[in-house]
Amino acid sequence: MAVNREIIKFLAMVVVILVAPLLVHEGYLINVMVFIGIHTMLALALNLLLGYAGQISLGQAGFFGLGAYISGILTATHGINPWAAMAAAALFVTFLAFIVGFPILKLKGHYLAMATLGLGIIIYIVFNEAVEQTGGPSGLSGIPNLQVAGIVFDTDLKNYYLIWAFTLAAMGLALNLVHSRIGRALRAIHDSEVAARVMGVNARLLKVQIFALSAGLSAIAGSLYAHTMTFIAPASFGFNFSVELVTMVIIGGLASIYGSLLGAALLTLLPEMLRAFQDYDIIVYGLLLIVMTMFMPGGLVKGVPSALSRIRGKLQGRPVPHA
Amino acid sequence: MLEIRNITQRFGGITALEEISFRVAKGEITGVIGPNGAGKTTLFNIVTGLYTQTAGSVILEGIDISRLPAERLASRGLVRTFQNIELFGTMTVLENVMLGLHTRSNSGILACMGKMPWHVREETRIRSESLEWLEFCGISDLAEQTAANLPFGKGRFLEIARAMAVKPVIMLMDEPAAGLNNRETSELAELIRKIRSTGVTVVLVEHDMELVMDICDRIVVLNLGKKLAEGTPREIQENPAVIAAYLGEG
Amino acid sequence: MDLADQIAQYMVSGLSTGAIYALIGIGFAIIYNSTEIINFAQGELVMLGGMFTLFFLETMKLPLPLSILLAVLATIASGVLFERLTIRPLKAPTPLSLIIITIGGSILIRGIAMLVWGKDTHALPAFSGSEPIAVGSATILPQHLWIFALTGIAIVSNKLFFQYTITGKAMRACAVNRRAAGLVGIDVRRMVLFSFAISGGLGSLAGIIVAPLTMTSYDVGIMLGLKGFCAAIIGGLSGGIGTVLGGLLLGTLESLGAGLISSGYKDAIAFVILLLILFIRPQGLFGRAQTERV
Ligand SMILES: Nc1ncnc2c1ncn2[C@@H]1O[C@H](COP(=O)(O)OP(=O)(O)O)[C@@H](O)[C@H]1O
Ligand SMILES: [Mg+2]
Repeated sequence: MAVNREIIKFLAMVVVILVAPLLVHEGYLINVMVFIGIHTMLALALNLLLGYAGQISLGQAGFFGLGAYISGILTATHGINPWAAMAAAALFVTFLAFIVGFPILKLKGHYLAMATLGLGIIIYIVFNEAVEQTGGPSGLSGIPNLQVAGIVFDTDLKNYYLIWAFTLAAMGLALNLVHSRIGRALRAIHDSEVAARVMGVNARLLKVQIFALSAGLSAIAGSLYAHTMTFIAPASFGFNFSVELVTMVIIGGLASIYGSLLGAALLTLLPEMLRAFQDYDIIVYGLLLIVMTMFMPGGLVKGVPSALSRIRGKLQGRPVPHA
Repeated sequence: MLEIRNITQRFGGITALEEISFRVAKGEITGVIGPNGAGKTTLFNIVTGLYTQTAGSVILEGIDISRLPAERLASRGLVRTFQNIELFGTMTVLENVMLGLHTRSNSGILACMGKMPWHVREETRIRSESLEWLEFCGISDLAEQTAANLPFGKGRFLEIARAMAVKPVIMLMDEPAAGLNNRETSELAELIRKIRSTGVTVVLVEHDMELVMDICDRIVVLNLGKKLAEGTPREIQENPAVIAAYLGEG
Repeated sequence: MDLADQIAQYMVSGLSTGAIYALIGIGFAIIYNSTEIINFAQGELVMLGGMFTLFFLETMKLPLPLSILLAVLATIASGVLFERLTIRPLKAPTPLSLIIITIGGSILIRGIAMLVWGKDTHALPAFSGSEPIAVGSATILPQHLWIFALTGIAIVSNKLFFQYTITGKAMRACAVNRRAAGLVGIDVRRMVLFSFAISGGLGSLAGIIVAPLTMTSYDVGIMLGLKGFCAAIIGGLSGGIGTVLGGLLLGTLESLGAGLISSGYKDAIAFVILLLILFIRPQGLFGRAQTERV
């Protein structure tokens, strides 16, 4: 049955992620995999909004940064317990996004894109300018690691399991959500907001709720990031990173939870593989965005299987089923 | 049941509807006809809360619903279909109908994320009830198809199934026969009668006069934003003003 | 200097940057009106204007006026090329795919500019010296005068073009109703291409005349583009006076805010204004609300 297949797919992924570090002996690769985890959470959060509800946000890096800074400042400056700081960051950012979400998500399309972009940039400017609290452009250091029952998460391997525990939980919850009445309502808003409203979906409220959920999840990712890195600076939370997140979602696949993982993995590995390119990775992102939108709007998760079946069809000289 | 009271709608300079009033009786099929641009769709958009009228009010079962937004009306039993079919194209036919049960289910975001037992039970109920509505509209065989890939005619039936899943007291249909072939049109007539027999009141905007005259109990004629006539099909067919308007158009 | 003098000074510089925003904003509006696309790469065309001028001037050693002319033409060509390569081939454009593709285009252009010209900031020479001219209690730079003059000329000729030429009228028809324009025989795709050309021209001009004052580099396009957009939104995305006023308003508010409140938050001011306008009056300060068709 379909339900069981979903569970098996998810468990298979969990197993792969659990054993992956045992096969990889280079510490540096484990560090990359830590980032894949954080990016997956962020891409997932954006995908709920962008892929499912069809509402773009170009300000996700701002929420990510808010999570990181709130957690960082509360712990490094005020000595609060890191877990409490993480909870505070998540709650505050969720609440903030819920409040600003009402006017912002009244906007559509390009206007929404510009408004979220503006919001992201305002947040970014605050990180740079509120030097007293954030340390300004040179960053905030001395953020403590998280710890549980005496285990301090201070090595790449420990952080790997910490972050992937969160990421897998987020993926599991998100999978449940998208396969429920709420998930259907989100996709309905995407396909035809008017019809969704006529069917009784409170599109306005649901969009705001998902925006807030997405922001809150990004804030948790930010908090995890701060406590693993122990140092944060505004440069990680700028407009470019927001665009990078959008790229992950587009490449992996809109409205696909596993696609978020795929997109995040590819875009995290890509710059590592293209070390020589250094700063020029934005050229690659730009090209990827254009090429994917033009030729594979469903992302790799949907595009590759359909391309494969097309090739197979060609080889066997059969008529091609529609993608 | 439904009462339209002195509805006026202006868009900038043009007046799309002017002082329109009529009543729809419970359990009847009321036709709203008129040439293109008469304001029929605009009237539906006002009744269903998508537009805010310039003046006038809409009363549903004694309650003024004029100021309610669209999403609040489904739970009061008011649904519609669209002239240019509005399906959820990326979803399956079954999922489209399942959305019709949105107002009759209530698991929130957290319950859905946590897959709470009551949510799972609710999901099972939604699915089985939706299958029944597909059956009702004669499109069960298409349940797993993606809505965007449906032939046009089937899309019309899916819209009706989705609307019925709301368990409406009144359904507004905007040109449901447009684009249907003869066989589908007669299936549609059959379906509309069947809908009425379940106790749902129907308001029908339609250009297919044969269909309208055949199934409607009463007819309201709009022309250029004004009410031209109202009466039984027979009265309308014999009304000189109506004949003039239609001949003038064609 | 007392407060009044200071304010006068801020006004001068605010108005001149405002004029730049207006030019960029009109570029946004022209493309929007003919295609309903907000071209996120608009700011990059502004950047290209400055960088191309620099290229012709310093690398090719051409005289300044010729460099400017060539830079404008090169930017127009880039804008047209961009439309041809990315937007036109889209089979089923949706607002989302258009947003993403123009963002993709914008970072691609930015990346290429970085590859070609490096990450340094460059200064263009002022068009006619930088000896300040006293005007009452404030001083004004010759470059400010150039900005006012060239912006004025560009806006007026743009207006005349849309008002009196056949092509301009055809483009206006497209803006009102694209389908109908196509039915009466207007080549809509060509008009779309023209709109990219014109806004490329206006954008590059903006980038060129501002470069002597603010320096230029591969990444100036982001901020300039966004502020131009802000001007256009204040003006209700009109291709005319609304956006000009929007730009001037934004420029002065920003300059006064930076001077009197905090210079660090100067850029934030523009975005706060942008958000407020979008929240309160998305149709712009001068526009009228419309009922969205269902
Ligand atoms: N949102 C709107 N903005 C401006 N004009 C509108 C809008 N909706 C409808 N109209 C105008 O109202 C008139 C009636 O249209 P409509 O209700 O669609 O007619 P019908 O459905 O009877 O063919 C038409 O002239 C149409 O152009
Ligand atoms: Mg109509």
